[in-house]
Amino acid sequence: MSAFLALVRTDLRLYLTDPRALLISLVAPVLIAAFMGSVLGGAPKKPTPIPVGIVDLDASEVSQRIVAGLRSDPAFDLRALAEAAAVEQVRKGSLRAAAVIPSGFGEQAVAALFRPDAQRPEIVVHVDPSQSMTRPMIEGLLAQHVIESVTASAFNSATGVRAIGSLREDIAAGGAIDPGARTDLLSMFDSIQRVQARSANQAADTSGTAAAAAAVGLRMPYRTRSVEVTGGDDTPYNAYAHSFAGMSVQFVLLMGVDLGVALLLMRKLGLWQRLRAAPLSRGTLIGARIASGTAIATLLMAGIYIAAVVLFGVRVLGSLAGFVAVVVSFALMASTMGLLIAAVGRTPGATRGLAIVVTLLLVMLGGAWVPTFLFPEWLASLTRFIPTRWAIDGLDAMTWRAQGIDAVLIPVLAMLGCSALFAALAVRGFRWQEN
Amino acid sequence: MLVARHLCKTYGERVAVNDVSVTVDRGQIVGLLGPNGAGKSTTVAMLCGLVAPDRGMVSVDGVTLHGDAAPARRRIGVVPQDLALYENLPARDNVLLFGALYGVDRTVLKPRADQALAFVQLLDRAKDKPATFSGGMKRRLNLACALAHDPDILLLDEPTVGVDPQSRNAIFEYLEALRAKGKALLYTTHYMEEAERLCDRILIIDQGRIVADDTLAGLRSRLPATRNATLQLQGVVDADLRQLLASRGIDVTESAAPASLEDIFLQLTGRSLRDES
Repeated sequence: MSAFLALVRTDLRLYLTDPRALLISLVAPVLIAAFMGSVLGGAPKKPTPIPVGIVDLDASEVSQRIVAGLRSDPAFDLRALAEAAAVEQVRKGSLRAAAVIPSGFGEQAVAALFRPDAQRPEIVVHVDPSQSMTRPMIEGLLAQHVIESVTASAFNSATGVRAIGSLREDIAAGGAIDPGARTDLLSMFDSIQRVQARSANQAADTSGTAAAAAAVGLRMPYRTRSVEVTGGDDTPYNAYAHSFAGMSVQFVLLMGVDLGVALLLMRKLGLWQRLRAAPLSRGTLIGARIASGTAIATLLMAGIYIAAVVLFGVRVLGSLAGFVAVVVSFALMASTMGLLIAAVGRTPGATRGLAIVVTLLLVMLGGAWVPTFLFPEWLASLTRFIPTRWAIDGLDAMTWRAQGIDAVLIPVLAMLGCSALFAALAVRGFRWQEN
Repeated sequence: MLVARHLCKTYGERVAVNDVSVTVDRGQIVGLLGPNGAGKSTTVAMLCGLVAPDRGMVSVDGVTLHGDAAPARRRIGVVPQDLALYENLPARDNVLLFGALYGVDRTVLKPRADQALAFVQLLDRAKDKPATFSGGMKRRLNLACALAHDPDILLLDEPTVGVDPQSRNAIFEYLEALRAKGKALLYTTHYMEEAERLCDRILIIDQGRIVADDTLAGLRSRLPATRNATLQLQGVVDADLRQLLASRGIDVTESAAPASLEDIFLQLTGRSLRDES
């Protein structure tokens, strides 16, 4: 037992007193997780307005109303620009998108609102193709403001008066329409014209601003209120919790790669043969490597999460025992993976390169970099069998999702099974004798 | 003390060691001399239990290294050819670790480690890391690590590779001191002068086989003394010139000297290079 402990103690001491190893395994994941967490939303805070350009070539009452609506929306940082300048800024990346309201938009939009045969005007939205996530949001909010502005203008502006008047004349003179329907439509237009007349009188009595505020028009018939489903009603989502899960998994796996490569290096330098020459069983030698690797990985995970808790407010809102179980089972898996790398690898240099590529692939498929729902369906299905996803999902479940330990029993058992498989393959493939 | 009988080891088609028998007694340094690829390291690996022989057996005072070999293996210390040290672990901790691996009790391990470091004159650098040591110091620490458990038998695989003459001489003195203490040492090398200086008996191995096993004097007796002539002349000297000089009455002095170990070695193993593939 003392030989086993001496080996474990030596491995721990060598790793934890190596500034380079600590820098890469402890500081780097904290920094990258902090960056990714802030990109993904960070701690709860007011969302950053999206920089959007607007080009008003119409300059009508309708288009001005649209611009005013967009400007008052907190989701946008609206900048009025000439078309060429707006497109150029989108190209440079300083604007996410730029919407161009064409000349004649107001007249055409109000007419198209009531007449199916009228030509619908086109608002061109120049978008930054790298910002595909924001595109649907911009188009949705633009649709809301355009509908509200166009309908308000239809009921309250000179444009609306002209459009309704023209439409009423066409309906009254039209011969192909059913007489009953014609009567109903004319009655509706008469009602609208009375509303228009009332609005015109109010506008004459009050300031323009007040009139605009009191303008009658169609509004979105509902509003939404988003409720974040987190660990508790009073617990807002903390994006750092997910980014720290991803980065801790990534860097602990890379540490496992390092342990495997270190074993290959020991073999190359003759140190492994010297250990083998000692009266130790294979179980002691391999067991000590697994134990020290697991202990190092656990300590690294603990260090990374201490930084997450202290600096970024991440909390283990679920089961603490479940969190520890996920951490330890993943640490064991990373350690045995390192041993497997040492068993199948030949030279330290070549093995390190290949192992890092495979590790980063596993981490990416596990959802540490981008959410797995963005993957194609077949790939998203495949990730259910990726051990890194079990670890990341398990850490998410025990932190911000506030799940009980039962939520991680299967992932923990799966990781322990993987560890056993890796260890068995490593022991079987390990070259015990040099030739 | 250390007895190996009829050791054989084959890697694929290549016969690395073929029917090698070795005996090393207390207070004796036995040299295992051979060119590169002759089978020296494989033989040492089998003697310390690192490699299982295909045939043959190894025993320490009658206890074989097969089966539960831990008690026998604890009596063997290995000084590998490589500098097998933890570069970033202080020198004392390196010795402590290897002592612990051989099951030395913690209460005696620390003084034992300091004794080993003092023996190789590194006690004053006990807290320093090998990464800061010279090549010669690392070689001495390599030896100290093998001494931490006070073995009766020491297997040394080319322990002076790449060291300066002073460190080499110091290592020789350490080994001679260990012999004086009654340790049994097996010393592999391809440096003739090392074997000549240190070894009580020399085994010459070539292509996996022992081709000679004798004392230095015994080996020397195998070849007749060669005759050497020394001419102190300037210019090109050939047979015709020498005959001419003799015919002109110029005195040519000749002296006789015994064959060197290197002569014997080359006679037995040939002169062609044995680069390892």
